[in-house]
Parts: sequence; structure tokens; C-alpha cells
Amino acid sequence: MDQTMRPAGPYGLLAEFKDADALLAAATRAYGDGYRQIDAFTPFPVHGLAEAMGHTDKRVQWTVLVGGLVGMLAGFGLCYWTSVIDYPLNIGGRPLNSWPAFIVPTFETTILFAAISAVASVIVYNGLPQPYHPVFNVARFRERASQDGFFFAVEAADPKFDLAATRQYLHGLGAIEVNDVAH
Amino acid sequence: MATEVTRQRIPPTDEIPIVAPGQSLKTVTEKIADIVLRLKTPLSWFFGFTVGFLLLQGLLVAIMMLLFKGIGVWGVNMPVGWGFDIINFVWWIGIGHAGTLISAILFLFRQQWRMSINRAAEAMTLFAVACALLYPFFHTGRPWLALYWLLPYPNAMGMWPQFRSPLIWDVFAVSTYGTVSALFWFTGLIPDLATLRDRATKRVPKFIYGVLSFGWRGSAIHWRRYEIAYMLLAGLSTPLVLSVHTVVSFDFAVSLLPGWHATIFPPYFVAGAIFSGFAMVLTLLIPLRAIYGLQSYITARHLDVMAKVMLATGWIVFYGYLMEAFVAWYSGVQYERFVIWNRMTGPYWWAFWALILCNGLVPQLLWIRKVRYTPVILFAISIVVNIGMWLERYVIIVTSLHRDFLPSSWGMYSGTMWDWSFYLGTIGLFLTLFYLFIRVLPMISIFEMRTLVPGGQAKAHSE
Repeated sequence: MDQTMRPAGPYGLLAEFKDADALLAAATRAYGDGYRQIDAFTPFPVHGLAEAMGHTDKRVQWTVLVGGLVGMLAGFGLCYWTSVIDYPLNIGGRPLNSWPAFIVPTFETTILFAAISAVASVIVYNGLPQPYHPVFNVARFRERASQDGFFFAVEAADPKFDLAATRQYLHGLGAIEVNDVAH
Repeated sequence: MATEVTRQRIPPTDEIPIVAPGQSLKTVTEKIADIVLRLKTPLSWFFGFTVGFLLLQGLLVAIMMLLFKGIGVWGVNMPVGWGFDIINFVWWIGIGHAGTLISAILFLFRQQWRMSINRAAEAMTLFAVACALLYPFFHTGRPWLALYWLLPYPNAMGMWPQFRSPLIWDVFAVSTYGTVSALFWFTGLIPDLATLRDRATKRVPKFIYGVLSFGWRGSAIHWRRYEIAYMLLAGLSTPLVLSVHTVVSFDFAVSLLPGWHATIFPPYFVAGAIFSGFAMVLTLLIPLRAIYGLQSYITARHLDVMAKVMLATGWIVFYGYLMEAFVAWYSGVQYERFVIWNRMTGPYWWAFWALILCNGLVPQLLWIRKVRYTPVILFAISIVVNIGMWLERYVIIVTSLHRDFLPSSWGMYSGTMWDWSFYLGTIGLFLTLFYLFIRVLPMISIFEMRTLVPGGQAKAHSE
């Protein structure tokens, strides 16, 4: 990989906290104090943690809605096009566009497209799959983050970031341990 | 005094914890993940897997025989043109429904006890749907020639499927159901795969779990989108699962055949599906919790609650049987009356009364508290219900078809050896897949279990 594209210095700092409460309090304070390039890592979803760091976008919801609507149109369109336009069968003079009979396939494709959109939006908006991420360079993170560790990262890209001062700040928030994160 | 003591032995359901006390983030993670990564595979695993795998070989032979000779090797005939293929298809699809009910509907109702069993129940759903799908595919005898009326694709004949037919609705419903169940299951697995990746010590498992976990790192930003999507998937799966067995019942109810043409079919099929599915969940989980020592996670409370769901849905099903008979009599239609009378007293009387015994009478034992708390009895009842639900489909399909409007066209039906080996073979496929699942994936959702132990919630939220 082209190393010259990387900024000099570490990726950022990774602080470990005692539990979910300490982490939530620290994230809330840090966001309030103006840090923006921050993230928290927990072994289970902690409600309000992302919101405390200013993440409230509704992209997943909108994507699922649009996916569902596209699925609905696609399903009904398929029934209509095949039964009315491309392959009309006159059965006792009954209407070709027998829409009540098309509801079931339309319903199923609506659900199918919406569900695929939901899963795809988690993967795509979260930037997954991501085989490499700098936080995995911290041994403590590899050992504990997906089991019982609570971590908080401040990236060097943050305008307020300063290696020494931010480290001090994180200790002030009650971190048990603060580590440099190499790129 | 004596009653005081017995009362204390089994506390009220609500007071039994979902997770036994003394568990922490560390212990749930280690216990569940190490079944896969560190525990020596128990002998009973090898035993169960071997049984499943041998039965699976029977399925392969049955499929070869079918493809080689055609569906003449099966017992279907005129007038009984639908036999084991549709009976077993409906049976398997029904079993799948409990998994989705547990993972989606109970999620929306915030039933925390679901967290101990949803992973295994969803796996059961997936494998049951896989078994079910074999039937519509192979019942055509020459599946490679028959796809054009199953799936809409442009073909040389310029033909399209008939979208006004319940059979094509069924293809759409079941394939959507299979796909969405797989997505839901895999989405739930991602954080746990990351745990396995981090706990694995050997290179190859670490690599495989690493690839499958998509590089999940537990970021709060990711968790937020993850939870939104999971909630939406649950919301989408709920109407989906209700629609699937409704559509399956349309295969019968939309026809004009006495015994099938009934408006009660959709709700009664859905209830029957959940009834049979919970029976299968109990059949699978009662031995599993004993073998792997999971009593701290799948507690007496889980068994109790599942037994109650079975009791309730069993009554809806039983009400369905009563209404079928009542409506047949009340309609005044001689053919409707005949079908029900023939069901009860005709050549298949044994199947009908065995069905009433299995689905109507035996589940009444679940009213007794002691029964709901005794795993062995519960296991036996679950097996009886599995058999009962199979008989239900047998009775509905065979007795309605075998004596139609004209006595000159009456006939009898029974499954041949190849019908049976195909059916037992799908059970083998199911067992094989399930045993592989418990060997290589966490059978309980670890990250959800973490939220049930001390330290598993932020106080700001739980207050």
C-alpha cells in the first residue's frame, strides 16, 4: 500500500473504560467538549451511545422504505406485464388485470426487497466488510473488545487532537488505560 | 406446611430468571463460544450426526431413484395426486415458523427470554425450509424441465407462470421466507462471529470467522445502524411469517374440493405451524441443554413459556378441527358432510383419531405445572405433537382427495418405500445441518445474552 498517502503519526488514541456507563459518560463529555472524530466500541449495543456522539442519521430507514417500494412496484409490475401485456390468457372473459390475485406476489417482493435493503444498508453504510482497521493494532482491543471490553477512540484527524493533551484529557475522563493506535 | 414447601419448589414463572445468577459478560462469552472453539466434541454429537448423515444417504438414493424412474415410484395416484410430497412440505414449512416467531415477533414484543433460544430456533427455521424446498422442486419428477412454471424467467416457449395461482404465490412466499430468514440469521451472527474470531487460537478458524464477521469491531456507530436494521427486519419478518402459512393454506383453500375449501384454513394453518414449530424447538433444545450444560441459559422458565405457547396454539388448532366439522354439518352440503364423516369413520379413521389424540388430548397435560417443568415429559409431548402435526396434514390431504364426488373414481393411498426414504432422508438432512451448526457456530446469541447479565446495560438506559 502507498505509505506516502498516510498522515504522519498515530491513527489516534484508544482509551479503555470500566463499563458501559463510564464509556457513555466519557463519550457524552468528549462530544460536548468539541471532539468530532471519535468512536466507541462495545461488546453489545449500548443505547444512546452513538446518539451521544452526534450520530442520528436515518439513512437505513429511508433505504429500507425505498427498497420496499421498489419491491412492490417490481412485484406488481412483473404480474401485470406477464399477465396483461406479454402473455395474456383470456379465461372466460375475465379481466386480464386481476389485481387482487397479484397482491400475494407483490407483498412477498415488497418484503424481500425491503429486507435485502436493510441488510445491505448495514453492511454498506458501516463500510463493511473491512478486514483491516487500525484499532485492531492494540492488543487489549483484540483480546477484549468483542467480549467484555469498553473502548473509546479519538482519531488524530480530529481538529482538537493533540497526542499529549488528548491523552491527559482521556485519563481525566476516567480511562483505565490509554494506548496509542498505530496505523 | 406441606403445600408451603411444594409451592417453594417451583417459584412463579416470572420469578425464575432468564439467565441463572452468577453470570457475567466474561462467563457467557466463554461458555457459549468455547462450545465451538475449545470444548471436546461430546460423543453424543458424533452419534446424532452419524444418524442424521446415514438418513441423508437414504435421501440421496431416494432422489436418484425418483429422477431415474419418475414419480411412479411414489404412492401418488388418481384420485390422490398429492401425497407425501405436499404433506412433508407443509410439515417442514410449519416447523420453521416457530423460529421466526421467536426471533421476530417476540423481539417486537420485547420478550427477553427469546434471546437464549432465538439463534438455535432460527437455524431450525432455515434447515426446515431447506428440507421443505426439496419437495416442490422434486415433486415434478423432472425438475430441470419444470422450472418455467415455478419461477418467472424468459424462456424459449415465451410462457410465464400463472400469477393467479396459489401455487405460484407459494413459490414466492416460501422463497422470500427462506431468503429473509437466512439474512436475519446471518445478520444476528455477525457480532458473534467477531467474538469467535477474537477468541480463536488456531489460524484457520480465525481466518474463516474473520472473513465471515466482515471485520466487525463493535463500533457504536455500527451498532446503531445494526439495531435499526435488526428492528426493521423483525418488523418485516412478522407479516412475512404470517403470510407464508396463509399462502400455503391457500394451496388448499382456494380449490373447490370439500375438506379443503374452507375460510378457516389460513389462521388455523398459521397456529398449527407455530404449534409444531415450538414442539420441534423443544425436541431440539431439551437434549441440547442437557448435553452441553446450558441450564443456566435455557432455564426452566424457557421450557415453561414454550409449553404455554404450545398449549395456546394447540387449542387454536383444536378449535380449527371443531369448526371444520361444525361448518361441514351446518353448510348442509352433502359432499362437505360426507368428507368429514368419511374422515372420522372411513378407511382412514385411525389417522384422524390418532391426530385428535396427539394434537388435542395429549397437549392438555401441559395445563399441569409439574409437566411443564419436567424436561423428559415435555420432550415426550413435543415428539407426540410433531407426529400429530404430520398426521394432520396427512388427514387433510389424503382423506379429502381419496373419495371425491363420484364413487366410481374413489381410491386409496399409502406412501411407498421411496416416499418414506425421501421423508426420513429430509429428517437426516435436517439433523446433519443442525449438528454441523452446533459444532461450528454459537448456538446461543452471545451478544444478546451479554445484555441480560450484570454490566450488560448502561444504567442511563435501564432506569
